[in-house]
Amino acid sequence: MKTAELIEALAADPRPHGPGLRQSCLIALALGAAVSAALFLALIGPRADFAQAAHTVRFDLKFVDALALLLPSAMLGLHILRPEARVGALALLFAAPLALLGGAVLMEMSVVPSAQWGELMLGDNAMHCLRVIPLLSIPPLMALIYAMRGGAPQNPTLAGALAGAASAGIAATLYASNCPDDSPLFVASWYPLATLIVVAAGALLGRRLLRW
Amino acid sequence: MSETPGDEKWAKMMRAAIGGDEAVYRRLLEEIGRSVRAMARGAFSRARVGDADVEDVVQETLLAIHLKRQTWDGGRSLAPWVGAIARHKIIDAMRRRGARRIEPIEDFEHVLAAPAGEDPHARSDAERLMKQLAPRQRDIVRAISLEGESISATATRLSMSEGAVRVALHRALKSLAASWREAVQ
Repeated sequence: MKTAELIEALAADPRPHGPGLRQSCLIALALGAAVSAALFLALIGPRADFAQAAHTVRFDLKFVDALALLLPSAMLGLHILRPEARVGALALLFAAPLALLGGAVLMEMSVVPSAQWGELMLGDNAMHCLRVIPLLSIPPLMALIYAMRGGAPQNPTLAGALAGAASAGIAATLYASNCPDDSPLFVASWYPLATLIVVAAGALLGRRLLRW
Repeated sequence: MSETPGDEKWAKMMRAAIGGDEAVYRRLLEEIGRSVRAMARGAFSRARVGDADVEDVVQETLLAIHLKRQTWDGGRSLAPWVGAIARHKIIDAMRRRGARRIEPIEDFEHVLAAPAGEDPHARSDAERLMKQLAPRQRDIVRAISLEGESISATATRLSMSEGAVRVALHRALKSLAASWREAVQ
């Protein structure tokens, strides 16, 4: 086929199809989150003392942590779908969740006697956390990867990893309302590990499915 | 700079194209094709891989531009976006041909001044890849690209709606891009 002939086929259909890329990714994120929330409510739901817990700093901090992961991941993930985009200074946004976690851990260690650190870190639900967060990440991750296929990332693996991080942020927000372990020592140990599982899965999916 | 990025000639043309102007879109794709061809020839000769694949890269790039045009931010200039897509496709093609070291590819802006015409004898892989399309899709692509049939004429001939022809054409181009990508591996 000659290039001039290909151009004829392309020029016949100048208008793009469907909603914009950003819009379809945001819709995917919202739909995925809704499915995860339904799954969460059907399977485990929030803990019984949710209302009282919501008045404690340690409990609330878990949501701040999760959102501090979700927002930069989603923003950077959308940004790098443009082929000419560079990661650049946006990567600094990830300092927010890390600083939050680190700061909370230091605070916790300064108010809790060191004899209890180990116990708080291990908590009662480590394995539950490592299972539930990846499980609840599946719907948003699938929806996001599907929508992101319209993009043109220079680095498809990175785009997939960011989709994984955003999905883990959604899952962690939901799971945080169920998990009775509120100590930052627990949160800083297990949530990031669960997140890394999802990030790795996203990277693998991105590498295969976001190539263009 | 006197003009804002969105005022660049190509950016204006792309906006008109997205608004539905076929003639402007065809002209834009032709201009982009010539620039990408010059860029690919330069990159291939520096990497000493010969330029048998140049027309493939040009076509893959044009196809990607078409399928990914929603990733262009309409307020920016078009050339850096086109350059990034072309670079991505050129690097893919050089890997395919076993180039061990990939030299940095010159900035797209530099080749804009020296556009290159199509080699009249070059035939791309698209011909072969088209055989993998469903018969109806192949028919639509052929009628529009080779015979210059319009979408409305194709719709009448096949008793389809114009929308359905557009969707079929879009799907055909998408699977063409996908089989090209798979041929790379």
